Amino acid sequence: MANVEKDTVTGTDTTGHQWDGIKELNNPLPRWWLYVLYATIVWSVGYWVVYPAWPSLSSYTKGVLGYSSRAEMEKDVAAARKAQESWRAKLAAAPIAEIVKDKDLLVYATAGGKAVFAENCQPCHGAGGAGRPGGYPVLADDDWLWGGAPEEILATVRFGVRSGHKDARASEMPRFGEQLKADEIRVLADHVLSLSGKGAKSDTGVKLFEENCIACHGDDGKGNKDLGTPNLADGIWLLGGTRETIAAQIATPRHGVMPAWEGRLDPVALKMVAAYIHALGGGK
Amino acid sequence: MTASQGAGAAANPAAQFVLNPDRGEATAVSYNDDIVRKFTAATVFWGVAAFAAGLAIALQLAFPVLNLDLEWTTFGRLRPVHTSAAVFAFGGNVLFATSFYVVQRTCRATLFGGPALANFIFWGYQLVIVLAATGYVLGITQSKEYAEPEWYVDLLLTLVWVCYLVAFGGTLLKRREPHIYVANWFYLAFILTVAVLHIVNNLAVPVSWSGTKSYGVWAGVQDAMTQWWYGHNAVGFFLTAGFLGIMYYFVPKQAERPVYSYRLSVVHFWTLIFLYIWAGPHHLHYSALPDWLQTLGMTFSLILWMPSWGGMINGVMTLSGAWHKLRTDPVLRFLITSVAFYGMSTFEGPVMSIKAVNSLSHFTDWTIGHVHSGALGWVAFVSFGAVYFLVPRLWGAARLYSLNLVTLHFWIATIGIVLYITAMWVSGIMQGLMWRAYDDYGFLQYSFIETVQAMRPYYMIRALGGLLFLAGALVMVYNLVQTAKGRVRDEEPVALPAPA
Repeated sequence: MANVEKDTVTGTDTTGHQWDGIKELNNPLPRWWLYVLYATIVWSVGYWVVYPAWPSLSSYTKGVLGYSSRAEMEKDVAAARKAQESWRAKLAAAPIAEIVKDKDLLVYATAGGKAVFAENCQPCHGAGGAGRPGGYPVLADDDWLWGGAPEEILATVRFGVRSGHKDARASEMPRFGEQLKADEIRVLADHVLSLSGKGAKSDTGVKLFEENCIACHGDDGKGNKDLGTPNLADGIWLLGGTRETIAAQIATPRHGVMPAWEGRLDPVALKMVAAYIHALGGGK
Repeated sequence: MTASQGAGAAANPAAQFVLNPDRGEATAVSYNDDIVRKFTAATVFWGVAAFAAGLAIALQLAFPVLNLDLEWTTFGRLRPVHTSAAVFAFGGNVLFATSFYVVQRTCRATLFGGPALANFIFWGYQLVIVLAATGYVLGITQSKEYAEPEWYVDLLLTLVWVCYLVAFGGTLLKRREPHIYVANWFYLAFILTVAVLHIVNNLAVPVSWSGTKSYGVWAGVQDAMTQWWYGHNAVGFFLTAGFLGIMYYFVPKQAERPVYSYRLSVVHFWTLIFLYIWAGPHHLHYSALPDWLQTLGMTFSLILWMPSWGGMINGVMTLSGAWHKLRTDPVLRFLITSVAFYGMSTFEGPVMSIKAVNSLSHFTDWTIGHVHSGALGWVAFVSFGAVYFLVPRLWGAARLYSLNLVTLHFWIATIGIVLYITAMWVSGIMQGLMWRAYDDYGFLQYSFIETVQAMRPYYMIRALGGLLFLAGALVMVYNLVQTAKGRVRDEEPVALPAPA
């Protein structure tokens, strides 16, 4: 070409074209570049032979391995199911009370229960059942609203608390703000605090407590798991342990809700998570 | 004109466009630089907006309280604001600016269609951006990644895009050079392919002419395939082919060296264009997409490795004989570093398309890191280089206000990118490994929330990287504004070592 020049720096010819001062050198394709390109093509052709690759109008080349990602996945799931099969059969057959006594079964159940708990329970009850402020009970202590025996825990998990399920745990504290005066409620809150050694005891407080509270919370305020009434004497508070929060709970009680997990989790998962919760430290 | 000449021209209509101008003749062509100035200013404006939106959503991930509990400011609505601002507002405007600058000069022809067409393209495109972004914040979306705008914005964009093709293609047709420069091949491939991708992926039926809602014509796995055919080629043709056009003009210009290999540019152009369009299915590995499509997506992604690297080789080797300029020219440093990041992310891409790797990387932050090594390292850096080249020339300044501030921008931004992508590599691989961890009994070892907690420190590092990148861009804005005002900062030139 007429305008081909020699580049003074590299000694290579230009192509003779020029655009806005830009010229081009006439270097060949780098060999290594070309060979790697060929290698990727050869490798891909090999892959097409082995795996499903090219479509036709109604089908596709299946590849010599007969690979299918769906079949592969089903195989993996079947293998995982098989590995767990005998454990799951035992867990399905055994009542929860026996599971927590059988050492081998318990190790397996708590491992599975931990995974179930982490995905389903942890958002409210916290990692390891540490609870969260605002009415999400600690599950790692021995203070149970609805009972800490294995079968009681399982029932709470299955049917929930005020969940709308027909077997749900349900009870409601009346709104004493409609029956008692504000100063009476303050005195009562002080009395409730005194049960765990904190507030001031008074004759009025004792009287008010006897008239209004012992029917559900018991003579000594230690609660009743059949009614889900909390123990008021152990210094553990679901909704706060100050005079103000207790007074508020007496006047206009808040009632938490926990969903029923039966139907969402399979029966074995329910038992496993109950066993895990029981083993967190406070199971009875 | 004789009858025979007229017949000849009619028989070969292209002949009248393949001019062979007398090279000795000094022809003065007046270029439409007003439109380039507009698009360059828009580039800088939207760039800062995109980086700021990115920083905001990075902080939301690290500190969820920053969602502000308002529907308009939640991560889900602000994320498309960030991605669209980065890809279409920042990236789109820089492509318009550079393509209009480059096509006029390499064709020695004024932009086809005159100022009216050019201004319609400019204002039409800015309107598309504003309509799209305000729609996202108000919850108007097609829920298709990188194609979120609803039908009325899509139609406006289609109109603007056809005008773009007319202006660009018309300029090519009336060129006064015998051949078309390689940068223009890439720009033209980008314009044509993006038109096809945009129209096919956005085919939809509006619920009513007065409402914003529409339903796409694709369904199920066909919809997913069309979406990622579009999505991957938004990367391939918008962010790769278009920006290779930028690279092919501004690197040889700034280095004042010839392009390394014409033959390589031909071969890597056609292989890149042919192969990229097949690679989309690698976004849908191990999904309901048929296995044969997954295979083709993966293998074509692998073959794409060398065609992508052809651009890197041509960019980097163009510096042969000019390497010493990197020591004194921070603008060239931006351009060459961008090519290095381009090489890195176009190697990482094929690796991640391999099914075995993808089974770990998919849905993790590794993908986010990969995208940003391309978006920050390649797309933004080559754009910064081009903008630093353009602004003094467009605003008639003798030189940039301060080369030291360009150097400062370069280092702040580079450290930002390194923090960003290393944090995402660690976070993404850790996330993938935690998701697939089983205990001895076959139970999942980690809950989802535990993986989120583990990633949080890396989210903070990523936000710091984004903050640095934004800070660097603000330094650039100051430098460019001063340059446009014709000011020159009194500073020591970078000392050259004495010749031995």
